[in-house]
Amino acid sequence: MRKVAAGGSRFVFETRFLNMRKFATIIVMYSVANPLLYLLAIGAGVGTLVNRSSGGIDGVPYLVFLAPALLANAAIQGSMDETVFPTLGGFLWNKTFFGMNATPLGGREIALGVYWAAMLRVVFTVLCYYIVMLFFGVLKAPHAWLALPSGVLAGAAFGAVMLAFAGNVKNEDHFFTFVGRFIIQPMFFLSGTFFPLDSIPIYLRWIGWISPLWHATDLGRYLTYGHATPIWLVWTHIIFLLVMIAVGLTLAFKAFGKRLAK
Amino acid sequence: MSEELIVARGLTKKFGDFTAVDGIDFSVYRGESFGLLGPNGAGKSTTMRIIGATSQRTSGDITILGKDPEKFGPQIRAHLGVIPQKDNLDEQLTVTENLYIYGRYFGLSSKFIKGKVDELLEFAQLEEKRDAKVESLSGGMKRRLTIARALVSEPDILMLDEPTTGLDPQARHILWDRLFRLKEKGVTLVITTHFMDEAEQLCERLIVIDRGKIMAEGSPADLIKRYSSKEVLEVRFGSENNEAVADQLRDKCERLEVLPDRILLYAEDAEHVLEEIMRANMHPKTSLVRRSSLEDVFLRLTGRTLIE
Repeated sequence: MRKVAAGGSRFVFETRFLNMRKFATIIVMYSVANPLLYLLAIGAGVGTLVNRSSGGIDGVPYLVFLAPALLANAAIQGSMDETVFPTLGGFLWNKTFFGMNATPLGGREIALGVYWAAMLRVVFTVLCYYIVMLFFGVLKAPHAWLALPSGVLAGAAFGAVMLAFAGNVKNEDHFFTFVGRFIIQPMFFLSGTFFPLDSIPIYLRWIGWISPLWHATDLGRYLTYGHATPIWLVWTHIIFLLVMIAVGLTLAFKAFGKRLAK
Repeated sequence: MSEELIVARGLTKKFGDFTAVDGIDFSVYRGESFGLLGPNGAGKSTTMRIIGATSQRTSGDITILGKDPEKFGPQIRAHLGVIPQKDNLDEQLTVTENLYIYGRYFGLSSKFIKGKVDELLEFAQLEEKRDAKVESLSGGMKRRLTIARALVSEPDILMLDEPTTGLDPQARHILWDRLFRLKEKGVTLVITTHFMDEAEQLCERLIVIDRGKIMAEGSPADLIKRYSSKEVLEVRFGSENNEAVADQLRDKCERLEVLPDRILLYAEDAEHVLEEIMRANMHPKTSLVRRSSLEDVFLRLTGRTLIE
């Protein structure tokens, strides 16, 4: 019998990397244009207004407050693109996952390979965002760079869950409508992104509590400028995001395996 | 007899209440080309997925290269080249990239694959398309690429599920020619098809499957000899008259089948039967004398045609 190479997920990663290279221009443009747009609109617009009227939020200029949230949100968008589309393609459109599964690769390796490639995209996106912010001179927090790991963590947590979700999707139309309207949008606006979570009514705050964006954002604020987060909550943020990764991947492995076995 | 590569005994697969594969026995030997012939929904693809170690049986036994696919899936798959019913190439990547990544899935080194690409492109007659995006290829080209892709790992068994379904006649013949070359090289082929001409062209030995059960087993020539006459006369009296005329024709041949659009008369000398019909002053609208085929075998065994 032939030996089966260990760590088969790297071969799936390679495929995803080749695929991403075909869209390199779009990915780079998006990764740069996205922060430009936000920083111009919010930095020059909303930010100036907030700073003038109240001297910023949380004792820091508005963009210092906002930076970790924008990074985490960009990470989430990137990880969503690179987990959902490849998975729908692999199972529904080109059915490439079934081709992979005809080789020694199994559901676990395929899911993990897609995930690693998504994480590469997350890191790239967050770095681009960070560099654009450097040019705008908005990284005035004492430990501004610590928004990078908290952002990546947000992308990693959300991507793992989306991978599991997408692995179960049989009809893509409903999926996009559902995720876009009922998950992404509320999460973006109600995760303490543009204003502190405790400034929204108590009955809406639960959205923040279960949102990886809020956990990563609050963590980022604590790390970058010392936002007054109690230490137990800091650990809650980290554990929440890590648990999301673990649960998401476990469910994804299951979904992929089941889907391929027919 | 040479080495048995696949052995199935009482192989059964159920999906809920539906039994897709119903206790079948067969063996495939090294170097032969083995066929599963049957209509759509007969259980061929399900059987292929079980052999391909991607779907698990409900009961019965099967070994591939002496191993149980339930326990040694990845190891078994490392020895197989699978051509699925529908191509699942990576459409965004080029022809060469598709060969490359597929080789990588088997853990082959980039150097080994790069050394093999030219040979595979030549085999698939895709040298000029090496840098073309798969999206832009014709159906026949995609099919040949899928076959070339399955060969990158030098498999012990090549499994083809409906290899020419959906291709135009010219593309089919090119593909048959390629598969015939593989057969000549001694590659073990397992082929499913619902085309009797394909089975006759490519399979040395086959099983006829219907509703998950094996109806007959043997070489194409064998099966025709056993279940049909040498020749067939096909006559058409118009779809409304066929039934009525059939009774008068029954004593003129060995066996007779009435289909919705035509009557088949089985005989050693079909030309002679036609002459007798004419002499009896019956005038079919059209008539055709031909040799018996696997289609006739299937009709005899199941009372139905292969393509419905």
